[in-house]
Amino acid sequence: MIQTEASCCRIIFGMGKGKSKEAEIKRINKELANIRSKFKGDKALDGYSKKKYVCKLLFIFLLGHDIDFGHMEAVNLLSSNRYTEKQIGYLFISVLVNSNSELIRLINNAIKNDLASRNPTFMGLALHCIANVGSREMAEAFAGEIPKILVAGDTMDSVKQSAALCLLRLYRTSPDLVPMGDWTSRVVHLLNDQHLGVVTAATSLITTLAQKNPEEFKTSVSLAVSRLSRIVTSASTDLQDYTYYFVPAPWLSVKLLRLLQCYPPPEDPAVRGRLTECLETILNKAQEPPKSKKVQHSNAKNAVLFEAISLIIHHDSEPNLLVRACNQLGQFLQHRETNLRYLALESMCTLASSEFSHEAVKTHIETVINALKTERDVSVRQRAVDLLYAMCDRSNAQQIVAEMLNYLETADYSIREEIVLKVAILAEKYAVDYTWYVDTILNLIRIAGDYVSEEVWYRVIQIVINRDDVQGYAAKTVFEALQAPACHENLVKVGGYILGEFGNLIAGDPRSSPLIQFNLLHSKFHLCSVPTRALLLSTYIKFVNLFPEIKTTIQDVLRSDSQLKNADVELQQRAVEYLRLSTIASTDILATVLEEMPPFPERESSILAKLKKKKGPGTVTDLEEIKKERSSDMNGSAEPASVNASAVSTPSPSADLLGLGAAPLTNSAPPPSSSGSLLVDVFSDSASAVAPLAPGSDDNFASPDLASSEVVSEEPADTVHDADELFHKFVCKNNGVLFENQLLQIGLKSEFRQNLGRMFIFYGNKTSTQFLNFTPTVICSDDLQPSLNLQTKPVDPTVDGGAQVQQVVNIECVSDFMEAPILNIQFRYGGTFQNLSVKLPITLNKFFQPTEMSSQDFFQRWKQLSNPKQEVQNIFKAKHPMDAEITKAKIIGFGSALLEEVDPNPANFVGAGIIHTKTTQIGCLLRLEPNLQAQMYRLTLRTSKEAVSQRLCELLSEQF
Amino acid sequence: MRTAPPSTAGHGPRGGGVGGGSARGVLGVVVQGAARNYASRRAPRAQRISGAGGAGLRGGGPGRDGSAMIRFILIQNRAGKTRLAKWYMQFDDDEKQKLIEEVHAVVTVRDAKHTNFVEFRNFKIIYRRYAGLYFCICVDVTDNNLAYLEAIHNFVEVLNEYFHNVCELDLVFNFYKVYTVVDEMFLAGEIRETSQTKVLKQLLMLQSLE
Repeated sequence: MIQTEASCCRIIFGMGKGKSKEAEIKRINKELANIRSKFKGDKALDGYSKKKYVCKLLFIFLLGHDIDFGHMEAVNLLSSNRYTEKQIGYLFISVLVNSNSELIRLINNAIKNDLASRNPTFMGLALHCIANVGSREMAEAFAGEIPKILVAGDTMDSVKQSAALCLLRLYRTSPDLVPMGDWTSRVVHLLNDQHLGVVTAATSLITTLAQKNPEEFKTSVSLAVSRLSRIVTSASTDLQDYTYYFVPAPWLSVKLLRLLQCYPPPEDPAVRGRLTECLETILNKAQEPPKSKKVQHSNAKNAVLFEAISLIIHHDSEPNLLVRACNQLGQFLQHRETNLRYLALESMCTLASSEFSHEAVKTHIETVINALKTERDVSVRQRAVDLLYAMCDRSNAQQIVAEMLNYLETADYSIREEIVLKVAILAEKYAVDYTWYVDTILNLIRIAGDYVSEEVWYRVIQIVINRDDVQGYAAKTVFEALQAPACHENLVKVGGYILGEFGNLIAGDPRSSPLIQFNLLHSKFHLCSVPTRALLLSTYIKFVNLFPEIKTTIQDVLRSDSQLKNADVELQQRAVEYLRLSTIASTDILATVLEEMPPFPERESSILAKLKKKKGPGTVTDLEEIKKERSSDMNGSAEPASVNASAVSTPSPSADLLGLGAAPLTNSAPPPSSSGSLLVDVFSDSASAVAPLAPGSDDNFASPDLASSEVVSEEPADTVHDADELFHKFVCKNNGVLFENQLLQIGLKSEFRQNLGRMFIFYGNKTSTQFLNFTPTVICSDDLQPSLNLQTKPVDPTVDGGAQVQQVVNIECVSDFMEAPILNIQFRYGGTFQNLSVKLPITLNKFFQPTEMSSQDFFQRWKQLSNPKQEVQNIFKAKHPMDAEITKAKIIGFGSALLEEVDPNPANFVGAGIIHTKTTQIGCLLRLEPNLQAQMYRLTLRTSKEAVSQRLCELLSEQF
Repeated sequence: MRTAPPSTAGHGPRGGGVGGGSARGVLGVVVQGAARNYASRRAPRAQRISGAGGAGLRGGGPGRDGSAMIRFILIQNRAGKTRLAKWYMQFDDDEKQKLIEEVHAVVTVRDAKHTNFVEFRNFKIIYRRYAGLYFCICVDVTDNNLAYLEAIHNFVEVLNEYFHNVCELDLVFNFYKVYTVVDEMFLAGEIRETSQTKVLKQLLMLQSLE
């Protein structure tokens, strides 16, 4: 029979071979027609023929042709009592799954019969079919049945193996349909099973279950340790069938070691001791002479070794083991097997981030640098770069940065940008001498200018502006670098910016006199793109202020047709405005407007601060620090672009970045209707107009969309101020940008009704690179959990560059609450792991329903709530201009009704509303009394519940 | 002086269903509870994306602490003809075809001095070449490379034993048996059985039923 099938296939295959594609298609169509006629024929086909034709169809499908019939015949085969017929039927179903509901019911019926058949072969086929298809319908039908088969005492071993993995498949596709129950504890005990195949299959299942339900599967730790211990201490022949090239049960060992990585180090000292022994034994074995010269032997042995090292790193608690692991990997770095060198570099990268082994890793620096130069496989070189980055600290930064720069010249194009970022980060982080930093970045631009992203050159400008000691050097260096006949546009940008600010520091030298500086820059002008030209125009107007002696030269340039009549509106406008500014403004005004940039605010990342506090300074590894700092740099960086001079330019989008949007509010000037009138405003009111333009002004309440990005700690205590500042912006509004840095923007849109709410969170990837493992999690503290129900759906873990993903949070307020939930976001960007947390602005006042009432009602209720515990009062200083209209808008935004003509004093504001929670409703009255002379407010809240009064008062006090 | 162009344009909240991710993938699930703290410690290593193609393999990112699994197994010859394709994730036919072509392109250009591992989208391919056939297993980046490399060899030894010196044509003509062998050794994206003796015994038992 086997022969027959092979030959029937061979017919088709033989025909297809050696002939044209057309001939093959013709032949296959003929065959399909033949099969179709057989299926449709009057004579019922016997099982054998049916199987033969279904098998032929499958073969034709696997050759790459579409099959649109035969499903019914395949389903019929499932109910055959012959193994071969059943097997072909199941195979057809597994390969050509079709969610045709009619068929699924029939298939499920056949599976059900086979599962109940007590014939292990048939049960196996049915289980494999479920595991291969894994559809939701199957989960619905069998998720309850399979655990029973798995733990039943009389189930055959091979069926148990299939059942375990079948259940795993269903759990992965439809976790909600797999009920946890008594069987879970019995599954854990499969780790003790006699049959190592059962243990192998069960370990996979347990690992996945344990990841999701660590508490329930805690007992698996000690069982896994003892199983592992028995394997690693067994003689190489003890396990017979499961010994692979003299290595006892390598795959099972790997799986057990992975299971243990779901948990912290065992608490029970006996278990822990036993595990340590196992790990030591594995490390010892690596040093023993090989029992076989075959690569299979060493691969199997090292598979276990690498997994053991992963576990050691994961526990990160045994210095002795960590250092031993490092030494072992060090040997592999020079192994003749490329695979081992690659894996050693990769694994060492994680070891470098442990405080215990960081120093040990560093001793291999020469080998790693050598790998960078000599490895033939680019992916190995890549790992070497990663490792150099991970092992970098103050002691070796200069060497590593130099080597990376060296490598950059020949590096693969695919990884240059990443190397550039790494060099820039290391150079900044470990710069003792900022001249070295400036040199390094300029070198970067010289070697790989195209790969230098904006963040990198923004950053160098920020650093130069913030450090007086390096400004003269930077000016001199960029001036020299610009001498090169062909220099990268990024260099022109940096050069233009720095000379515009600090060109005067080198103007004393006749070789870099003002005119020479100007001519040098202007010689690049025509080769540059529009944004760079715009930057250079700004440099020129700065030169007018710095070097009055070349003012006329510059004015001539600005006046030329190519500028004044430039087709690009931005360039034209700059030319016109700068020219006008240079003509009419007095030197004093010029000096004010074109003053040197103020330092950029330096902020330490609050994530980093948190990390330090949480883990103690010792355990915060350099690697992690680098990464955090990188993100902090990005958070903290205002655009280096902002200069006072932009006051005279257009209210274009970039102007908003400078806080211009806030200006009209802070000094109550009408928004500029055109650039011309803005220009007049500046001159008539220059002092007040210029003042708020300093970058980094944070008090733009009315334009929180532009607000600075703050990374908020999970522990409010750490950065209360940062957290609250950001958070309070959302108390009175529902939509806006919650967070933004150079990588990520998080926007919110939310709506609330009574005690329910829905929040849309938008995650925008601002980079051109994918985010991987993108995992946002909403966390409620233990205190918060009973009061607030939040439901989220997971989002796609990959966010493409420039793309935006949306997540919906359904909110139910059960009872009044104080804290806010935390939104934690983890993802990988380029080579770095990003982790940030922001408070999610779900506050009690969101569940307000406004209540209109008359003056009489209001005061009647006010009196009813006169119990001292019901009233909370706060007297505070105004943080924002005391504008009645804005105040009203805020009270309405807060959620209560604004009651006009209720308070006898018209300057006061009163509001009323009801907080809706699932359990209760709480009436709230509020009164806000401003005192303009003292710039103070008194806010009084009366509600039926003390905690609510307290919380609402806190929230609202921050708004004025 | 505005040196820089405005920062990336609006990703802000937009109304309604803005483009983006439908939640694809199986394992992109948040690890809860105690496991989380430990999860993030694993393998902070760089990941580059080859092939920006739109297929579904970009979803369901790698497990963060061992929740890794086999995504698919492919056997291809040098010309790119598929001799076996076993999928452990849902893909539509176009995606499958695209993956097959991409894997072929990635794997065949590598020489013997290269590693047996190659990064592939958000995953990695562990592959081994036997004569003109490439055996490829696609797994998560955190998975154990050598374990899968030897799993391939173990599988090939079983095939060799079962078909008595297996050759490419055996896989073609006996495709239905190859599927049985695969299911005995790998199931649901996991290694099911590693003992060659046990697998062969079972295969012979099944053959006796034919």
